[in-house]
Amino acid sequence: MAAEGTANKHGPDIAAAVKDALLSGLVALALFGPLVGLRTEQNIRNELAIQQRWGLVAAIVGTIVVGRFLLLTLVWPAMAARKQHQSTIPDTGPSTLRQAVSRWFAPASVVFLFLYPVLIVSALGFQGSLKWVDNFGIQILIYVMLGWGLNIVVGLAGLLDLGYVAFYAVGAYSYALLSSHFGLSFWILLPMAGIFAALWGIMLGFPVLRLRGDYLAIVTLAFGEIIRLVLINWRDFTNGSTGISSIPKVTLFGIKFDASPDGFAKMFDLPISSAYYKIFLYYLILLLALLTAFVTIRLRKLPVGRAWEALREDEIACRSLGINTTNTKLTAFALGAMFAGFAGSFFAARQGFVSPESFTFMESAIIVAIVVLGGMGSMVGVALAAVAMIGGTELLRELDFLKTIFGDNFDPSQFRMLIFGLAMVAVMIWKPRGFVSSRDPTIFLSEKKVISGSLVKEGHG
Amino acid sequence: MSGQNGAPLLSVQGAKTYYGKIIALKGVDVDVHKGEIVTLIGANGAGKSTLMMTICGNPRAREGKVLFEGRDITNLPTHEIARLRIAQSPEGRRIFPRMTVLENLQMGAALDNLAHFDQDVERMFTLFPRLKERVAQRGGTLSGGEQQMLAIARALMARPKLLMLDEPSLGLAPLIVKQIFDVIGELNRTEGLTVFLVEQNAYHALKLAHRGYVLVNGLVTMTGTGRELLQKPEIRAAYLEGGAH
Repeated sequence: MAAEGTANKHGPDIAAAVKDALLSGLVALALFGPLVGLRTEQNIRNELAIQQRWGLVAAIVGTIVVGRFLLLTLVWPAMAARKQHQSTIPDTGPSTLRQAVSRWFAPASVVFLFLYPVLIVSALGFQGSLKWVDNFGIQILIYVMLGWGLNIVVGLAGLLDLGYVAFYAVGAYSYALLSSHFGLSFWILLPMAGIFAALWGIMLGFPVLRLRGDYLAIVTLAFGEIIRLVLINWRDFTNGSTGISSIPKVTLFGIKFDASPDGFAKMFDLPISSAYYKIFLYYLILLLALLTAFVTIRLRKLPVGRAWEALREDEIACRSLGINTTNTKLTAFALGAMFAGFAGSFFAARQGFVSPESFTFMESAIIVAIVVLGGMGSMVGVALAAVAMIGGTELLRELDFLKTIFGDNFDPSQFRMLIFGLAMVAVMIWKPRGFVSSRDPTIFLSEKKVISGSLVKEGHG
Repeated sequence: MSGQNGAPLLSVQGAKTYYGKIIALKGVDVDVHKGEIVTLIGANGAGKSTLMMTICGNPRAREGKVLFEGRDITNLPTHEIARLRIAQSPEGRRIFPRMTVLENLQMGAALDNLAHFDQDVERMFTLFPRLKERVAQRGGTLSGGEQQMLAIARALMARPKLLMLDEPSLGLAPLIVKQIFDVIGELNRTEGLTVFLVEQNAYHALKLAHRGYVLVNGLVTMTGTGRELLQKPEIRAAYLEGGAH
């Protein structure tokens, strides 16, 4: 740190930097020498033999020495200079560009999302578009919808729910079971799945009404696991861990998306391709996600939505203002669960297969991470976080070229959790309140008066 | 205004409140008549806030009764007590920090159909002009005094029959305390607002109030008009000496 201080004034202090870098190298040598340099391996006679890897150690230590030296002489002085430069510019508040971005970002994204399949198909053709519409588009949108649904519970009402995936599972199994046993159509089962999930939300809500914070998190976590274990063990009903396969697909006004004579492709005289169904599913989940957003935005302006937000801020104050906190919590649980139910039935229809494997705690954790990373309560933030997290995961699968560097055993998607963790730490350091931490007020003074300067004096008291 | 004829608006009768096994109120009787300002003074831990919370039903009185307009409200849930137009500005203000001033006021009016919302907001801005300057600001960014004004204004948005204030002077500069007490007195004179005021700041509270109660260790030890209590040597010794600012 001392080196940093002097560097600001007289340029980088080379001697001190060299000393510091060599010292770091020494520490690294002591650390990596035994850990990396010596490796035990069993030889043919089943004896442990020590293998020495001093070349690798030298490479690591060398990287650290050079890296530390560059940090001290180039990177940190440059950053400090930039900071100083920035602080000399008077702060004029948010620039017009920034305001324009925050005003138009959401509508522009919606337009883009509607055009997305068209753009992809025109660029890559129907077959080439499959991956981009399905793996990226649909997959991300499912998580956007789940994030927005959980946002009602966690972001708005402030109830930390770590078992959200349970309601997703209820929706998925509702569709899977009812459609395969009774042959009911997706369009009837979609609302039913939502209602079932909402009922489960209320059932979970009742016992946990008195809990808050950590305690609530633990109980919801347990609930998520209970649902999964029931799905695994109640074999007669759910077919256990084998899952339910060949779940009927979604139809569009009775038109099936298959190669049959009255299927979509034949009807419109198009070449057979599975891309139509994927594109149809894309628009379906897009509309479902937008429905979630629309309902949330509307509710925030109604008494129940305001009560959610007030509940997050201060439960005691809520009660003393005459808000029935019981009902408020239950509606939040029920509505959040309902959207998970919608998403679940969509998921089942899209996969054609459900098993308890898809509803592990990991899924709940990812959805909570999306909401927290996005900035609790912010719709745009949650959507961005879903794109970053799910899109990022999918992108890792695309990095096959790395195999030429690291060898054939290298699978970038195995590093998913590592990168995920690093990204979380980075975001929590630089954006501790999530991507979008500002909260839009839901009400403004109807008459916009210009407040004169003399009235806006500094508050004292 | 301290007309004592007729049934009191609020009547606490022999209330005993416990926290677990510990008794906090040992049988308290307090009456508040319509149009009165009644203050409750006492040292730390005397049970002032507990009495106020007991009236709101959280915690409930284990023995005794709380009557409002003659109706037994002892066992009503807190939010239903609030709906009888008993507005509370709780201890520590408890405004909603991430919501704007206007949204906080809106939460206060949550019970109503918002028909006279704009009119009531205007009224609050007349009472507390400072809030108007801060209308789009988040509650958490206000100064302590402004937050207290907001807490009172939020309670008033419900057009209460009884306004209960728990230590509105807590942590505020004397000038701000005076401003806030002036507003309370004015509302009482012009609109006949009934106020139940819990205070440590005995001098200001007794000067403002028509009547006062002194609470010591969960029991009412003294009662009388504000002026009478101010003259009593015990009160002067316990609560006022060196503190008459």
